[in-house]
Amino acid sequence: MLITCPYCGPRDVIEFTYQGDGNRERPDPASQNFEAWNAYVYDRLNPAGDHNEIWQHSGGCRAHLKVVRNTLTHEISSVAFARGDHGSAARHKAEDKA
Amino acid sequence: MSPRRADTGGRIDRLKTIRFTFDGTAYTGHAGDTLASALLAKGVTLYGRSFKYHRPRGLLTAGVEEPNALVTVLKGEVREPNIPATMVEIHDGLVAISQNRFPSLAWDINAVNQLGGKILSAGFYYKTFMGPVFGPLKGTRFWMFCEHFIRRAAGLGSAGSAKDPARYERMNAFCDVLVVGSGPAGLMATKAAADQGARVMLADLEPHFGGSANWSEETIDGAPAADWARRTVAQLAGRDNVRLLPRTTVWGYYDNNTLAALERVSDHKEHPGKGEPRHRYWAIRAKSVVLATGAFERPLIFPGNDRPGVMLAHAAERYANEFGVLPGERIALFTNNDSAYRAAVALKKAGAAVVAIADVRPELSPEMRKLAAEAEAEIFAGHAVVATEGGKALSGLKLQRFDLANGALIGDARSIHADCLLMSGGWSPTIHLASQAGAKAEWNAARQAFLPPKPTQSWIGAGAFTGSFSTAEAIAEGRAAGLAAAGGQSTPSMLPTVEAVPGDPDPAPVFEIRAKGKSFVDFQHDVTAEDVRLAHREGFVSVEHLKRYTTLGMATDQGKSSNVPGLAIMAEALGKPIPEVGTTRFRPPFAPVSIGSLAAERFGDLKPERLTPMHDWHLANGATMYSAGLWYRPMIYGLSGETVEQAYVREAKATRESAGIVDVSTLGKIAVQGPDAAAFLDRVYTNMFSTLAVGKARYGLMLREDGLAFDDGTTWRLGEQDFLMTTTTANAGKVMQHLEYFLDVIWPELKVHVTSVTDEWAGAAIGGPKARQILAACVTGTSVDNATLPFMGIVRGEISGVPVMICRLSFSGEMAFEVYSGAGHGTHVWKALVEAGKPFGLVTYGLEALGTMRIEKGHVTGAEIDGRTTARDLHLDWMLSKKKPFIGSAMMDREGLIASDRLELVGLIALDNRPLNGGAHIVEEVDEANPHDSIGHITACCYSPALGRHIALALVEGGKARHGTRAHVSDPLRNRFGPVEIVSNHFFDPDGSRMHG
Ligand SMILES: [Zn+2]
Repeated sequence: MLITCPYCGPRDVIEFTYQGDGNRERPDPASQNFEAWNAYVYDRLNPAGDHNEIWQHSGGCRAHLKVVRNTLTHEISSVAFARGDHGSAARHKAEDKA
Repeated sequence: MSPRRADTGGRIDRLKTIRFTFDGTAYTGHAGDTLASALLAKGVTLYGRSFKYHRPRGLLTAGVEEPNALVTVLKGEVREPNIPATMVEIHDGLVAISQNRFPSLAWDINAVNQLGGKILSAGFYYKTFMGPVFGPLKGTRFWMFCEHFIRRAAGLGSAGSAKDPARYERMNAFCDVLVVGSGPAGLMATKAAADQGARVMLADLEPHFGGSANWSEETIDGAPAADWARRTVAQLAGRDNVRLLPRTTVWGYYDNNTLAALERVSDHKEHPGKGEPRHRYWAIRAKSVVLATGAFERPLIFPGNDRPGVMLAHAAERYANEFGVLPGERIALFTNNDSAYRAAVALKKAGAAVVAIADVRPELSPEMRKLAAEAEAEIFAGHAVVATEGGKALSGLKLQRFDLANGALIGDARSIHADCLLMSGGWSPTIHLASQAGAKAEWNAARQAFLPPKPTQSWIGAGAFTGSFSTAEAIAEGRAAGLAAAGGQSTPSMLPTVEAVPGDPDPAPVFEIRAKGKSFVDFQHDVTAEDVRLAHREGFVSVEHLKRYTTLGMATDQGKSSNVPGLAIMAEALGKPIPEVGTTRFRPPFAPVSIGSLAAERFGDLKPERLTPMHDWHLANGATMYSAGLWYRPMIYGLSGETVEQAYVREAKATRESAGIVDVSTLGKIAVQGPDAAAFLDRVYTNMFSTLAVGKARYGLMLREDGLAFDDGTTWRLGEQDFLMTTTTANAGKVMQHLEYFLDVIWPELKVHVTSVTDEWAGAAIGGPKARQILAACVTGTSVDNATLPFMGIVRGEISGVPVMICRLSFSGEMAFEVYSGAGHGTHVWKALVEAGKPFGLVTYGLEALGTMRIEKGHVTGAEIDGRTTARDLHLDWMLSKKKPFIGSAMMDREGLIASDRLELVGLIALDNRPLNGGAHIVEEVDEANPHDSIGHITACCYSPALGRHIALALVEGGKARHGTRAHVSDPLRNRFGPVEIVSNHFFDPDGSRMHG
């Protein structure tokens, strides 16, 4: 399986760590909605087909990536930085220095 | 020359004699022989005993699909079981033994199982060993009781227990085109792709490239096919853009066109070359793959089809043409298709008498009649073999008229005397890799075979793999596939011309001759046609269930020859056409793979090691090192004649009496920096860090999202926006990833950066009543008195000219300091501290003393933060802030996590003054014969020099409520029983007066 890290390019899956289901919605930290917390911590979809996942390029730039992977074929249809509009970790670092 | 070896022919080198042994008997063969061909040349007919019935079995095939002739190869103490004799290349000194026989191959006690054939039918193991419902052997216990004997009686070869001294390698390779299979199709594909300039790899599981060209006796471009193949291979070998991999089984086809292959580098050599591994595991990323894997011939299913001497037709052709070996002298053939006629001619040419060709088809083409005449064989059209005769070798067979329309047998059987029966039930394309690559095979009614599916990955098929069984088609398809795979344009070109015997590729749709007797479908797992029908009668209608219930196709050969006949019989029983019954999906590996090759270099000496900056000093000063994860840490600094216990007791005692120093460089260290660093730590830790003053440290606890304890450590505030977090040694990586996850995924708006700085700092913890005096003696640039350096304070100074950071905190419970310096100066600072400590009686101490002092203090580590305990369980609830949410705060108060009967941290004192054992259970009352329910277990234990007792930390139900009560340890495995007193986990100096000073 290959994941194309937006920062490092296509790399073998051996360089990445699966960091969980990308569909999880973390409730507001102060929320007492127990159902929501339970869903966030435990409920998983386990679809046969496209699945939103979080992978960390742990053996590379260490950025967390939002990956859409087909669980039947391992085909990866999209990869993006999990930070979204906040930029890549690497860019973030550059801003801090500036 | 032995009677069965022809004087000429084949690719063996008759001038080179090879000596080897099989079952202790010395044999000779020739260079180029397989174990199978060499033994066959010596007239050996018996190669193994079958799995269930212990029936004698001979060679069925000449290749990787061999189900019967499995041997164990011995190399020194190492034994490798279940290798097909057809895949073992002989070499001087080869020692092979047969399997699944007791006491010997010829006289097998368990052969009596044959008489009990009815008992050992499909699902036998499941049904018979369900066990009685009551009593001591109820249910699965009965199976466990019987399993031991069954495994011994019915096993395949047994693995050895000696350490394998062989070396294995892993290679990563990239190419434009990978060609799998080197028959005419594969060779043409390789050549065509290479001509386009593509980087090509060609792999074949056989030692010699050429595939069917090596034994087909056809001519290509006017020369024998084998010569054409040799010439083509020689040309390819000289090209820079072609890599040839003989003896290489491509066994897995994974996503992104990644293929796994096993190269048997030196199994065929008596002495491997210098630096040569035994096996090499190839991970190959190919832009495009050409599958030219050929086809497997199928057996026909009839009574006695497993008797030694019954062989696949093409296998006999291979033995004759490739090795110059005749499998028999009076040979009969039984077929449902044209391909067997070619074998008849070949064997006749090689010197055998072909006495009969039985063909289930009533009408035969003139070409086939001509071939039969050439072989001087009598034709029995519209006939079938209904029985075979003989014991450990074939002596004859019975023929009967066969009605192709309804499978009925007509008239009387007639006997034919023969010592070898060749069968051909048609051909199944070797579509395993294509199936692994992700698509469903398609049934072709004309070919009576599953043909490869439409590609879902980037591969192209060619030759027999696609159902094109003629060499001319293989050559044309191979060239086209090679061109296409290399991205070339198909141009008209002269193809090599092929002269071959004619033949219709489509067999008659006959798989089984139904007559009285055992007809084997899966030879290796001893599954008969009747077993398949029985499974159907018992309600197994799905092909996947059928497979598991009968174990059809589940042996080491993975049903290479049995899958399609098994399906056909199932389909008939169900009254459905074969495509509706479906086929099982093939999974990797295509053929067995050595575990060693999968591990390759990733064990032993090549495991990464992490050494602290002071490592060499420890070694030079008597430390016994201990591996903790990847780290090496001093366990004790033993004096001569000291036991481990004496050493750590001395070290701990001396620390509490004067002072001790320990290397803590392995602690995880993470720089947490940025404008939002303090806010981030408030969310990550259960307690508050934004209120921490610059120049102070605080002990912190982290939970997981589910509310369970995760890690603990101190975090130092070095500046307004600059924190140094420490973690436990074991969790350093996990905590780093945890922080990165939350910063990247959950709170990307926080301006915080985390950096692992574990390797940047050397750390030494110095503790004990004299610790402060020792520091005062060597630290310059700062005072270390109570006012300047209070408990949890941080100062910067210098030791022996090197800048250091000192934090006053304690794990040992003594007045203690952690001294951090740049890693490169670690040893320098350490030496200066040790030197300064000499007048004060400073000792160096290791992990054992460290552990002892932490148990005395009741501090938790990974043994207690074990992924099941909460902060409350560990009496750390005082650290749970009520002023803010933090990771885990929402989930930590769930019913189950606050229940009163949870396991809680306690201390134990052994009342019998004997050592306790980690992992031992705690029970309320002791009864060695019938142990009571466990109320908890010991997580850590030691002899406490401070208390003079054997003590332990334990997680016990109810915990605190049991303080002051008695319980017992129950450790039947180590036979340790005895009374303990449950106490607080804070054994020593519970109010902390020593560390606060
Ligand atoms: Zn990356």
